[in-house]
Amino acid sequence: MRHFFRTDYRQDLSLYRSNSERVWYAILAVLLLAGPQILGEFYVGELGGLFIFAIAGVALMLLVGYTGLISLGHAAFLGIGAYVNAVLLKQGVPFLITLPVAGLFTALCGAAIGRPTLRMSGLYLAIATLAFGSIVGTVFQKWESVTGGFDGFAVPTPYIFGIAIDNTTGIYYTSLAVLVFVLWVSANLLRSPIGRAMVAIRDSEVSAQSMGINLARYKTLAFAISAGMTGLAGALFAHYVRFLAPDAFDVLLSVQFITIVFVGGLGSLRGAILGAAFVRLLPQFIAIVRDELPFGIGRLPGLEPSLFGLVLVLVILFQPGGLNGMWLKSKAWFQEFPFKRQTSYRRQKSYAKSERLR
Amino acid sequence: MEDAARILQLVVNGAAAGCIYGLIALGFVLIYKATEMVNFAQGDIMMLGGFVAFSLIAQWGLPYWLGALLAIVITAAFGYLLDAFVLRRVIGQPQFAVVMLTLGLGFIFRAVAGITWGYDSVGFNTPFTNRTINVGGLILGADNLSIIVGTVLLCLVLYVFFSKTRLGVAMQAASQNQLAAYYMGIPVRRIFSLIWAISAGVACLAGILLSPVSMIDVNMGSLAIKSFAAAVIGGFGSIPGCLVGGVLVGIVEQFAGYKLPAGFQEVTSNVVLLLMLIVRPQGLFAERMGKRV
Repeated sequence: MRHFFRTDYRQDLSLYRSNSERVWYAILAVLLLAGPQILGEFYVGELGGLFIFAIAGVALMLLVGYTGLISLGHAAFLGIGAYVNAVLLKQGVPFLITLPVAGLFTALCGAAIGRPTLRMSGLYLAIATLAFGSIVGTVFQKWESVTGGFDGFAVPTPYIFGIAIDNTTGIYYTSLAVLVFVLWVSANLLRSPIGRAMVAIRDSEVSAQSMGINLARYKTLAFAISAGMTGLAGALFAHYVRFLAPDAFDVLLSVQFITIVFVGGLGSLRGAILGAAFVRLLPQFIAIVRDELPFGIGRLPGLEPSLFGLVLVLVILFQPGGLNGMWLKSKAWFQEFPFKRQTSYRRQKSYAKSERLR
Repeated sequence: MEDAARILQLVVNGAAAGCIYGLIALGFVLIYKATEMVNFAQGDIMMLGGFVAFSLIAQWGLPYWLGALLAIVITAAFGYLLDAFVLRRVIGQPQFAVVMLTLGLGFIFRAVAGITWGYDSVGFNTPFTNRTINVGGLILGADNLSIIVGTVLLCLVLYVFFSKTRLGVAMQAASQNQLAAYYMGIPVRRIFSLIWAISAGVACLAGILLSPVSMIDVNMGSLAIKSFAAAVIGGFGSIPGCLVGGVLVGIVEQFAGYKLPAGFQEVTSNVVLLLMLIVRPQGLFAERMGKRV
């Protein structure tokens, strides 16, 4: 077992706990930067999609994993970001302006929808965001003068300092940059008073309130930040799919985002990225093994959503820590070898706690 | 006069659709009152119930009433086992874990139904299919009336069950105060499973009543989103409330389809739901409660 002795305030402030962590992250950064040179175009494209989903995953992790609020309508925020970005680009606004505008506008939408609904607790919020997502989806379909209705429209090519972002490598680097930015903001946010307030609200609203935390304010803030980050992901998503059509932003996408958060492991930024990797790689995996499966299972139309459902069920029942929890457990197993005991990770017996009276 | 008849027709159609929403919402409310879980798979259980009824009646050739009864019993048994084997494990975990669990279950049910019964819409003959009843010059579909009558009868049965029978009172006790119910010797866990069974049975009944109006298909569970509006209007804890809410949503939806341009009808229930949550989140028939810390 390793122990960290802090001898300096700078160690407290540092984002990394030890030098070995710095080395590993540096290696990862080099690999990621070199990625497009090593990998084939297909994998670069897939990784770009993974980064975009990871941005949305981090955004939702802030909301679900750290503030304890659930949202089943994040596909709508992704859609709003995508449409704002694409429509502004069509008007001739440069990409470096449309990207933050898409994020800010989505954050405003998030605050607008969050403010009235956040008085409710978990369950009502889930239902309200579900309804919100479905309304926004209908708006995308029916507001034909802007969104092009069911037919959709092709997203214009963005330019950054005169360089066209029109291939998978461009999307890869842009998404990676935004992902790193979002991670940096989140990691710092979580160490700030805002982040501490969010965690306090997650753990107990009553005690947070009695510590002087303005519940409505911080919940709205968390919702707006999360929505804004998802809007950024949406702006990139528009370029990733290249052709915007309203049926991309349905409830299933929201459920995929939630799957990212749960499978990755609640309450960890690393989990959001692991979860995004899982959610993006599962369909690819299915596509690869589709023909190998017996009884034609691979050809069933509803296979993908049901597998997502199954994984979600299994994770909640048997591995509530998600992929991040598995990673931490296996790391601890090696560090404490051979002292792992049967009871090490046994869950406490839990009883029904009323959330009706909050 | 023409207009009045038209409006009355809309009201009846809306009330019939609303009764279905109300019945699905009833399933939510029963489970929520007892266990504080919300079953996002309720619509999919309705779908499974409809398909079971289809198998029994159309494929095995059982008479309608017997088939319907058997289907309800089978679905109820399924609900019991679902709670006993899956949902009991997550008691005490955060509420949204349960939300996600039931959402995941819903996707699995859909896939299972698709594998077993295929992805085409199916239907079976009922005594109410394609029949109309003439009430004082007003032509009403027997299928719509059967939904309304069936819902009213079910409510009476549930009312008597919850207020007069030993088991029903035990269920009320368990949902009001779990710990006290344990002390009184009520087998709370079995009671919870039984409540899941009742709720699944109600869902199955909704599916059977709905089948003459709209066919049974794998995606009919998406109706559940609309019944959330019903449950929220009723206050999520009130059984008469959710039925009133369902009928309200159904009627509003019919009138939106009649008066407003196309496309509005689909979102009405969601808009009603959001407005309700913003204006009066505790619902029309809420009990006032506070929390002691």
